[in-house]
Amino acid sequence: MSRYIATSAIRGAMNIAREADALLQKALQDKGADAKVGFPNTAYFLPTILGLTGRKVETVGDLVPVMEQIKTYLHPVPAQARWTPYLGETLDGGVATLLAEEVLMGLGFLYGDQPEKMPGFHLAQAAASFTSPEFQKDGDGAGNLNGPIDDIQLRSWGIQLVDGRMPGFAAVVGCAKSNEVAVKIIRELQRRNILIFLAGNVNGRSIIHQLQEEGIEMGYDTYIVPFGTDTRSAIYALGFATRSALTFGGMKGGQAREILLYNKYRVFAFVLALGEVDDLKYATAAGAISYGFPAIADTVIPEIHPTGVTQYEHVISMPFNEIPGKDDLERAEKLVQRCIEVRGVKIKMTEVPIPVPYGSAFEGEVVRKADLRFESGGKHSRAFEYLYSLPMEKIEDGKVTVLGPDLDQVEEGGHMDIGIVAEVAGRKMQEDFEPVLERQIHHFVNGASGIQHVGQRDITWIRISKAAYDKGFRLGDLGKILHARYHADFGAIVDKIQVTIYTNQADVNTMLQVAREAYNKRNVRLANMVDEQVDEFYSCTLCQSFAPNHVCVVSPERVGLCGAYSWLDCKASFQINPTGPNQPIPKGQQIDPVKGYWKGPVDFVYQNSHQQVENVSMYSIMENPMTACGCFECIVMVIPEANGVMVLSREDTSMSPAGMTFSTLAGMAGGGLQTPGIMGVGKYYLTSKKFLFSDGGFKRIVWMSSVLKQTMPEELKKAAELAGDPDLLAKVADETICTEVPDLVAFLESKGHPALTMDPLM
Amino acid sequence: MAKEPAPKVQTIDPAAIEMLKIAEAKGYSTAFSRAAKMAACPIGESGACCSICDMGPCRLVPTKSNPDPVGVCGATRATVAARNMARHIAAGTAAHSDHGRDLIFTLQAVAEGAAQGYELRDLSKLNVVAGYFGVKTDGKKPEQIAGEIAALAIGDMARQKGTLIYTKRAPKKRQEIWQQLGIAPRGVDREVVDTLHRTHMGDDQDADHLMLGSLRTSLADGWGGSMMATDISDILFGTPSPLVTKVNLGVLKNDEVNIVIHGHEPTLSEMIVRVVSEPELIDYAKSKGAKGIALCGVCCTANETLMRQGIPSAGNDLNQELAIITGAVEAMVVDVQCIMQAITDLSSKFHTKIITTSPKVKITGATHIEFDEHHALDIARQIVRTAIDNYPNRKQTEIPTHLSDLVPGFSHEYIRYMMGGVLRGSFRPLNDAIMQGRLRGIAGVVGCNNPRVTHDQAHNDIVKEFLKNDILVAQTGCGALANAKYGLLLGEAAMEYAGPGLREVCEAIGIPPVLHLGSCVDNTRILTVLSEMASEGGLGDDISDIPGVGIAPEWMSEKALAIGAYFAASGVYVLFGVNSPVENSDDVTKIMSEGWEKIVGGKMEFVPDPAEIVRRSLAHIDAKRAALKLPAYDPGKFGKSGDWRMRELLKQPLQERVNALYGMPVAAE
Repeated sequence: MSRYIATSAIRGAMNIAREADALLQKALQDKGADAKVGFPNTAYFLPTILGLTGRKVETVGDLVPVMEQIKTYLHPVPAQARWTPYLGETLDGGVATLLAEEVLMGLGFLYGDQPEKMPGFHLAQAAASFTSPEFQKDGDGAGNLNGPIDDIQLRSWGIQLVDGRMPGFAAVVGCAKSNEVAVKIIRELQRRNILIFLAGNVNGRSIIHQLQEEGIEMGYDTYIVPFGTDTRSAIYALGFATRSALTFGGMKGGQAREILLYNKYRVFAFVLALGEVDDLKYATAAGAISYGFPAIADTVIPEIHPTGVTQYEHVISMPFNEIPGKDDLERAEKLVQRCIEVRGVKIKMTEVPIPVPYGSAFEGEVVRKADLRFESGGKHSRAFEYLYSLPMEKIEDGKVTVLGPDLDQVEEGGHMDIGIVAEVAGRKMQEDFEPVLERQIHHFVNGASGIQHVGQRDITWIRISKAAYDKGFRLGDLGKILHARYHADFGAIVDKIQVTIYTNQADVNTMLQVAREAYNKRNVRLANMVDEQVDEFYSCTLCQSFAPNHVCVVSPERVGLCGAYSWLDCKASFQINPTGPNQPIPKGQQIDPVKGYWKGPVDFVYQNSHQQVENVSMYSIMENPMTACGCFECIVMVIPEANGVMVLSREDTSMSPAGMTFSTLAGMAGGGLQTPGIMGVGKYYLTSKKFLFSDGGFKRIVWMSSVLKQTMPEELKKAAELAGDPDLLAKVADETICTEVPDLVAFLESKGHPALTMDPLM
Repeated sequence: MAKEPAPKVQTIDPAAIEMLKIAEAKGYSTAFSRAAKMAACPIGESGACCSICDMGPCRLVPTKSNPDPVGVCGATRATVAARNMARHIAAGTAAHSDHGRDLIFTLQAVAEGAAQGYELRDLSKLNVVAGYFGVKTDGKKPEQIAGEIAALAIGDMARQKGTLIYTKRAPKKRQEIWQQLGIAPRGVDREVVDTLHRTHMGDDQDADHLMLGSLRTSLADGWGGSMMATDISDILFGTPSPLVTKVNLGVLKNDEVNIVIHGHEPTLSEMIVRVVSEPELIDYAKSKGAKGIALCGVCCTANETLMRQGIPSAGNDLNQELAIITGAVEAMVVDVQCIMQAITDLSSKFHTKIITTSPKVKITGATHIEFDEHHALDIARQIVRTAIDNYPNRKQTEIPTHLSDLVPGFSHEYIRYMMGGVLRGSFRPLNDAIMQGRLRGIAGVVGCNNPRVTHDQAHNDIVKEFLKNDILVAQTGCGALANAKYGLLLGEAAMEYAGPGLREVCEAIGIPPVLHLGSCVDNTRILTVLSEMASEGGLGDDISDIPGVGIAPEWMSEKALAIGAYFAASGVYVLFGVNSPVENSDDVTKIMSEGWEKIVGGKMEFVPDPAEIVRRSLAHIDAKRAALKLPAYDPGKFGKSGDWRMRELLKQPLQERVNALYGMPVAAE
């Protein structure tokens, strides 16, 4: 600290603690000690309080001991002369501030003040989003800022946070010099795929106002989350950080030191303070510093360069007007650059030579009907994409051809059929990698601002916005994106790539036939690819950066629990990075083919879980089930009364027959802990022949979130047929049918569900 | 080379200068005047005298005709120098450890409920210490835990075989070195006895072997008696944390009953601290015409109460006689160690009563009120009453006005806390600062006063040089007081004396550039800090890897030699000023320097010139940095952060400040 900051921060801590105490006393009177307190859609109560104190706050009364603890963290402000040390005391004050802010926010929900109201405000949110906070259910969130991030969103961002696609988060607090600067700062952060949290104001004006005035979409899908226009709402960022340690790090509430160090070493976040820094901002920043998150201000404030609590400098002042640059935009760019240096965020930037901004942050962008310049796929036209390999000499690297009319020849809002065909070559290229690479097109194309991509193969659907078109985006740019990204991300297996975009109807039809034959061939190959046929499985320890003791074992018939890594993906990834997180695991001696024990995986998991997981079965939920990090798509859990299992999707926020929501259950399934009877899995594993192979298979499913039934009906139907009961799905309950065990059993009996007569599970 | 018996400039302490003028005018004898009158015995000073048996004493002074003299028994210069040194170290170890023993017995008495006035004040430290001793704490009452700790600690004092429990607190690698060399200490008493035995006439007569044995004995002090003394003092009287207090003779009060506590142990002094605020005693003082009772200390008892309660200090060891010369001291209450016999004679010229309290220590002419921890409060009250009764006898007083503020209280627990708070406290920031070169290294500058060199001068010269070179200084004992008198133990001193990197670190944490860690037994806090730094990572994996040094510029006591030896045995380069007590033997000089460095990584050298001490220290620190592959020290890279910019801005007119916020209005003042 510096004495100036220490003085401000401790003063700020005292004031906010006093305020929290006053509101708590009021709530005890108004609402009573038993009134419920909590954030929506989280299993972590008030998460910062849970993490740092171990207290599970459910009622107003539960806040009383929290308040007492807060007071023990308050120390006097340092003297003007003859001062005693203040750094430890200031950091304590920071912790007190965070706890007090969360007390205020928890009570804010009780009083209906949170999330903050902002008339006319809409959160950006694609139709496909499954992450809507409860309060947004009515009217698309109109008039509310975001408030705390829910567990579902945290988990769905999990894989991106761990694989480096999302390098970290920025808590941007205050108000930028101008709207133009605000937008530039946000764009610069987005370009680097940094998650952006917004809070605070300067003299009543917040960056949230600035972005809203400039028409910037804010919400989960644009990676810009507006928490609130007051400083205290920045606590939601720290709550997010705390929960990432609880969710992915396998930590328990109360392991404060471990949680804070987890964040210091694994979560790359920083605070960017725009405009004047007042006492509460200093105090909140002091709290963030305990997490290892440095603070950067764009005004004159004291700097703290010695390191240790944070990895690099603690506090940096970069007075905006003094930043060298030809204009404010360049200054904003340099400011963001400095933030990234200070936190030591490693960012791999791929320059994609197209006329619109490019970055993962734009992946969630939606092109609305009103903004639409062109679309292909969907109701009115067809788009497909196809990638295959050729010998090296057949390919001219970087060549992009558009065969047929380009966008200029299509009227505004119009459509036409297109085919995107990518031909790749590489010394290490294998035919098996073709589908792995092909599936990347979705995520590559989506990175372009103003371009929306949905689906894959011949159900592709691409939309291009007017803004992108006006900036000069044309179909050939799709090829340029693919060229740049395949080289950057898959350079180890792709040496050359050329792309042809077909827009002539006849060509599209011809190529579509070729592609469909290839799709079929690949389907057959995939269907025949079974665990028995291969000699090695693959590990996935990608998530160990977040969940240090978890190891995924990925086999042809068991996709990684995040759904993102199939056996083939892992194989390709190993080729790309031989020392990376995906390593071949020789199966070794078979111990039990039914439960799925092989010596290789058992040894590998024991070693790589740091001796935490002693044994692992591939096919059983009851005996040594595979562990999970926190990114799983579904939770499978035994319902003993029904002699079967339920499958709860992470997109389902409702109650389940287990008496818990996904968020609560996820705490039991994740963190690398082995709990018989509960397992986190990828949703396509449900349809595998090896799903619960030793426990009775697909027929054990007695309850399933309806969203699964809706989003993968074909696959589930096929699995039911394979299980020998084509009508099985009709016998499986969901949350619209029942969420209580007695109702479930009654339903199963009425339908004659096979699980009821199977061997006892337990 | 003819040497003056004492320096021309006796002291740099302005209060001491004032008092010495009075002493000279009135013809009072002081350590300063006696040192000037009596040159140090040149034979004993260099370690050439052997008085171990009655065939001598032998003087092994080389001459042209006999360049390599031996004693009557044939003992060589090396044997004699080593044997003398070994005995000094054993005596120092005995003194520190016996101090520790008294505290252990007090802890045991508290556990038994038989220690009037004492309590287990720091329960969290009790639990930590229980952890060191392997005492299970679950479901046990604190008294029971304390009892079990005391029993194990007494056991370690008397341990005959195996290794002292506390040595496990050293880095793993360090413990292995001790085991391999066979110098892992057994019981404290056994090591002292071992040294006394093997230095008896006709025993160990191999300098290498004698000095190796000395290392083991010294370890029984540092990682045994002293360390237990520190820990148990914290349990009984509280673990120190920073506070503001004052030092130097100016703390004596003209209109209050002045009680000066002097010596080393906190057991009695803490009880005196308690009773002087009792209304009955204050009223009693008033009944004698005084406005109240002013308690202060000198030497290390003062450091104990300074660290914990901020009781002011009248100065370091050489200030003991000078305090009496003020004529304002009603009683000087002494316990053990570093108490000059001269104070009784000197006090007879004033009304001052010298009160001895330790069952071990009586001084001819002093009043003896024997201390017993079972009746501590009653005895403390009796002592205070005796002092009050003496107030009406006070005559003319000459109290110097000189005094300085200081911020002491840096226990290793607080040092850890101050670098991260309750939840993030660690040594990471300290290691980071050294690794980056923001701090060049660290130094412990400790030890005594010695009238053979200018009082306080070497302490200040060396420390200021270190600060300029971005070296963070840790201090204990009289050395800490020597620097405190000149304002170096204040946050403000970082702004004035520190190099750019050290200034940043001090400003970031709010610390003085010189940290006061306690009394001389509390040098073990420095050992703990070093162990924690080694295990934090980034600075190697042993104490000997850390870029640091230990200095005793004005040493005089045998305890200082024991401390020096245990630091060397722990891997630290230790430099002593004044003169070399092994000067007569090049072999022993070499053993303690190159020889020790080879086997334990630390060494002990005697270098009279403070400038040379600094030069060697910097060279050593830079060599350690290089060995760790750390960037070379470059102060130009640091010093940019801090409050300075903000302070400048706040001095600017409103418009400037508005501009700094890029045109947004500044919040109303």
